[in-house]
Amino acid sequence: MKRMINKTPGSVLRMSLGLLPFVLLLLIYMAGSDARLELNPDDKLLPSFAQMGDAIHRMAFEPSKRTGEYLFWADTGSSLTRLGLGVVIAALIGLLLGMLTGALPMIGAGVSPLLTVISLVPPLALLPILFIVFGLGELSKVVLIAIGITPFIARDIQRRTEEIPSEQLVKAQTLGASTLQILIRVVLPQLMPKLIDAVRLSLGAGWLFLIAAEAIASTDGLGYRIFLVRRYLSMDVILPYVAWITLLAFLLDIALAWLSRRLYPWNVQGGR
Amino acid sequence: MIEAPKMIEAKNLWKRYGDNVVLERINMSVAEGEFVTMVGTSGCGKSTFLKMLLGTETPTSGEMLLDGKPIPDEPGPDRGIVFQQYSVFPHMTVLENVMTAKAFARNGITGYLFGGAKRQARDEAKAMLDQVGLSQALDKYPHELSGGMKQRLAIAQALLGKPRILLLDEPFGALDPGIRADMHELVLNLWHEHKLTVFMVTHDLKEGFYLGTRLWVFDKLRQDPQAPNAYGASITYDLPVGKLDRATYEEIDDNLRPVAQLA
Repeated sequence: MKRMINKTPGSVLRMSLGLLPFVLLLLIYMAGSDARLELNPDDKLLPSFAQMGDAIHRMAFEPSKRTGEYLFWADTGSSLTRLGLGVVIAALIGLLLGMLTGALPMIGAGVSPLLTVISLVPPLALLPILFIVFGLGELSKVVLIAIGITPFIARDIQRRTEEIPSEQLVKAQTLGASTLQILIRVVLPQLMPKLIDAVRLSLGAGWLFLIAAEAIASTDGLGYRIFLVRRYLSMDVILPYVAWITLLAFLLDIALAWLSRRLYPWNVQGGR
Repeated sequence: MIEAPKMIEAKNLWKRYGDNVVLERINMSVAEGEFVTMVGTSGCGKSTFLKMLLGTETPTSGEMLLDGKPIPDEPGPDRGIVFQQYSVFPHMTVLENVMTAKAFARNGITGYLFGGAKRQARDEAKAMLDQVGLSQALDKYPHELSGGMKQRLAIAQALLGKPRILLLDEPFGALDPGIRADMHELVLNLWHEHKLTVFMVTHDLKEGFYLGTRLWVFDKLRQDPQAPNAYGASITYDLPVGKLDRATYEEIDDNLRPVAQLA
């Protein structure tokens, strides 16, 4: 008998073992939902898949009676726009800050302590300030996402910059490179796949800030919708929306991983 | 003995880190075109000495002169370097790695080449890569190369920067013995062809005995068993290569016993 620690599943078994918890969860949900609906057909807590299908059909493929929009897609569009803008702004600022503080000790000495303190401020605690300063419009939501994840990206990129072997920087100097040339040709290209990694890691936090901001002050968006229909206990809308948000997050993550492998084939450890 | 003009000169050079004396009373001069190999036990300061030539370390006292002027305290294009590892840029192909040497030599803002300058750099880079035997691997990334090929690339890159002095910091330490022999031949050929002054740090005493024109042994002249860091190493042997006999080899080998075991 082999020790448990030495047993590894084959590819078929691995796949089945991976799927098993999903199937179990679905079965448990369906059993629970059936049992409750049998007792009370108007139960809202555990809607059947047919009820969720109807709700999503109504949201996604029938224009809203009030605005004439297809709410599901309008919500998805506004949420992804906010998230995308916030993350892109955070990535650009984080990359610049992280690279300069990591590569240039004089700038690092001046900025790093501030960056550390800022990264300790809970971003959601700043949300009221953002609403006061930027109003309740799109800007404050995008700024929340950007503020929320910029410190993380900046510090991660700073660490990655410091990890670049000093031999490379010395080598570039012995070839006559200036500081700017080293930053542009040696440091920046090596940071790009690390930036994609950092963005992938910070997307979870990005979604958190997005949904929080939409829940508090918004007129559309995925987060706004689930908090709106909560008043009517519309689990038949909330559950598919949560699944959809999860799917979007998953797709974004694998798209970024693919992009990293595609653009930076030399980055052999990263981009899994 | 040395009548040729001095290119590099050390005058009563010391290096200390706090109470730890690494090098003491180093006096030497090297003429243009010499090939100096440096051996010594681990931690004897030979790498520190090389870093002072490179400009990433500065002497605590005394002087290190290049053409009669103190060596600049940062690396520059007159002194090329090949490290044991991490000398090449992992995100560039073999050809780009070498072309970059040309790009850095021009005083552009971005370090990228365009148009005619780019074509010229590509031709020069290809010729250099041909010389080091890498013309079959132009489009490969460094992680796809063997250790020996990576070092060939690092040497090609350093040479295209047209340095006067080439510094080698245990460049072949991680290579198999067979490949090491090929690399010795390559380095000797390039040294002749490009009229370089070479300083090479090595762990391998045999390497020092037939490569180059001069062998330096770094060792401590004074020892205090109670305070091993109280005295630093100096150059205990300064021998012209070619006139060395078996007895001298054994004598140095005995002095550097730990090194002999490593080799």
